Amino acid sequence: MIYQHLILRVVTKMLVGTIILFALYVQFHGDFSPGGGFQAGVIMSVAFIIYGIVFGLRTVKKVYPEWLVHKTMALGVLIFAGTGIASMIMGYDFLDYDALSPDDPVAGQHLGLLIIEFGVGVTVTGVMVAIYYAFAGRNPSISDKDW
Amino acid sequence: MAVTAHVAETTARTLADHLPILLVLVPFCTAPLIVLFGSRRLAWPLAFIASLAAFVIAFLLLLTVREGNFVSYTLGGWAPPLGIEYRVDAANAFVLLLISGIGAITLPFAYVSVKDEVRKRDHTLFYAAWMLCLTGLLGMVVTGDAFNVFVFLEISSLSTYVLVAQGAARDRRALTAAYDYLIMGTIGATFFVIGLGMLYMATGTLNLADLADRIADQGANRTVRSGFAFIIVGMGLKVAMFPLHLWLPKAYTFAPSAVSVLLSATATKAAIYVVLRFTFSVYNPNFSFTTNTLEIIFAPLAIIAMFSASFVAVFQTNFKRMLAYSSIAQVGYILLGIAFLSETGLTAAILHIFNHGITKALLFMGAGALVLRTGGSFYTQAAGLGRKMPITCGAFVIGGLSLIGVPGTAGFLSKFLLVQAALEKAADNAMYLAVAVAIVLSSLLSVVYVWRAIEVLFLQEPDPNSTATEAPLMMLIPMWILAAAVIWFGFSTDFLYDTANQAALGLLDGSKGMLPAAILGGAQ
Amino acid sequence: MSQFLNFQFLAGHAHYLLFILLMMTGLFIVVDKTNLVKKIVGLNIFQVSVFMFYVSIGKVNGGTAPIFPMDAKYHVDKEAMIGVAYSNPLPHVLILTAIVVGIATTSLGLALIVRIRESFDTIDEEDILSIELQMTYDDNRKYGDAMGGLS
Repeated sequence: MIYQHLILRVVTKMLVGTIILFALYVQFHGDFSPGGGFQAGVIMSVAFIIYGIVFGLRTVKKVYPEWLVHKTMALGVLIFAGTGIASMIMGYDFLDYDALSPDDPVAGQHLGLLIIEFGVGVTVTGVMVAIYYAFAGRNPSISDKDW
Repeated sequence: MAVTAHVAETTARTLADHLPILLVLVPFCTAPLIVLFGSRRLAWPLAFIASLAAFVIAFLLLLTVREGNFVSYTLGGWAPPLGIEYRVDAANAFVLLLISGIGAITLPFAYVSVKDEVRKRDHTLFYAAWMLCLTGLLGMVVTGDAFNVFVFLEISSLSTYVLVAQGAARDRRALTAAYDYLIMGTIGATFFVIGLGMLYMATGTLNLADLADRIADQGANRTVRSGFAFIIVGMGLKVAMFPLHLWLPKAYTFAPSAVSVLLSATATKAAIYVVLRFTFSVYNPNFSFTTNTLEIIFAPLAIIAMFSASFVAVFQTNFKRMLAYSSIAQVGYILLGIAFLSETGLTAAILHIFNHGITKALLFMGAGALVLRTGGSFYTQAAGLGRKMPITCGAFVIGGLSLIGVPGTAGFLSKFLLVQAALEKAADNAMYLAVAVAIVLSSLLSVVYVWRAIEVLFLQEPDPNSTATEAPLMMLIPMWILAAAVIWFGFSTDFLYDTANQAALGLLDGSKGMLPAAILGGAQ
Repeated sequence: MSQFLNFQFLAGHAHYLLFILLMMTGLFIVVDKTNLVKKIVGLNIFQVSVFMFYVSIGKVNGGTAPIFPMDAKYHVDKEAMIGVAYSNPLPHVLILTAIVVGIATTSLGLALIVRIRESFDTIDEEDILSIELQMTYDDNRKYGDAMGGLS
């Protein structure tokens, strides 16, 4: 089965790296161009999903196992909330990014937004890949041979 | 403009200042922690500690705002109306106390009930979804920004759909119940967003206090009026206002028992709070379309709900389904209290929110104990169990009495105030005399269905093969705490009545009660 | 009434008519179609019309995308901002949130449909209702004694 679809396999192998790079670009250029956490997370998850579609669910689960998917979902939310709690600990309001760099508030805002967008990106990647794993992992009622 | 709107950070914050945001943050951070640890044994203790903490915070907030002042918290240091603010006053804090209290007290009950009804491998994610549901409900009530209401509404709704679908381990109709609830709930939330968009178009702001001021300046143009219509219909679907209640019977019947307890006591109440906030604080109650909506739409629909839902509840053969229809009728009482547009009526409505919350939670806990011991919640399965499980059924009887409104239980005061409000309005308009009679008649109907349940439990012969024993202690203690609360609030009514009255006065003040914090002074 | 014959009024408000059309199409699909997946699709169409409604609110006449112009060193170029009108970015942010909510709702609905398909063997609403009616009859036959039983 894996020896079919030669063009798809080769092109996917070339594209996956580019997609991940593009996702990271969109993630960290949210200040300067359309982008940000959610969009980057979706693009990053597309890399894993297209790898899973072409090479099979078992193969992609060796790269990004299911337990890691659940942990990244939770981790991203905790990064977001953690930034807010960090500013509360420093004595400011919740999610007041000035706390992250008290001397230069603008740099603090910049840093804070970067961190929370990163948290959002991590969570969205995990969620999208988890949705794909959940749907693709069900036992099909028609086996592949009968298609 | 951006720099001046930022609040000066020179005032040192104490933990007490952060209370409004901590209320939402504690359950919100517990949910990913439960998933991160991934251990089934840690899930319940984490959830229980978080909801206890949320209850303590809500109680402290209520003590702060009981006298009629309000607490405002700005997120990110950006002052309102530009930034998101969390605003707690008496109406807020009352509903927050109910939601966090029910969330905390249901968890010991859920420990036993969930072990019995939900698949083992789903327990971790079940408690994570429970925490997210609690976050959404608390956030919906505590926030002072309109779009934030939508965000938390969707957080709580999505986790509710997941929680209801967990009942599929026992009965596959839970899946279709969750699906129907999803479709109808999403339509309701989207209607709410449309109304919000119209409000934003007309005023340019999303802060509730600022919306109130700008709408008062503008008067009633068509955009503002259609926004009101969309918001009321959208939230009306979440409130289970007749005829938008069709999702409720199936969702409450087929959900796991612990989820039924949580939902029946909190989900509709939080949505009623949002309706109250928008009708009275954002839209001035003196606007003619507000008065017209309440008189012409709320009152007749509420009366129809009271009668038809109680009537259907009489003919049910399943405890949970009967209690679900009874919930629709009780929501009718609350909406009728709102429709009176008087201080007594509004106090009665807010009081009934609290009383119905604890009563329904108690009754659904009783039904859940019956499900645990007999495997189902049908009347014939529970026949005669009053003799084998006297403590459980005793608490159930107390809940039933409070549902009817017997003096000495919590339900009496709210029903009494409701009739009193109707009689007050009957002095001007004779039609309200018929409304008062209708309230009493539908309470008689509730006597019928509560009596049917009690008759099944105590006056029928138990099945000789049944092995039912008393419910476990982790179920009995929450039930009897709630039963004791029902009786105590029936006799010592001062705390509840004063807080509800304060809340009603604050709401009836209209926009005056929602001045932006910056104008009132204090760089909070 | 003469408002509707004013061409400028019609041209300025035509997009609201389109949004309402799309909204009602989505709502009609949810109500009319019996296939559960089609209902979710109708819900999506309904939500998309709301998103477009919001984004159209934010447009300022002659406004460009609300992004700071940058010079070569990625510092904000304050001179290039003078006299430029920017569209309101707030509705865009609200819609980002609403889109995410819509995606979560869609995926949850589809997951429920997969489970329904595995339980009921069908995803047609009428077939499911008849199966559930049969289940209710069976329940009443077994447990309906409290109401005098089903004959």
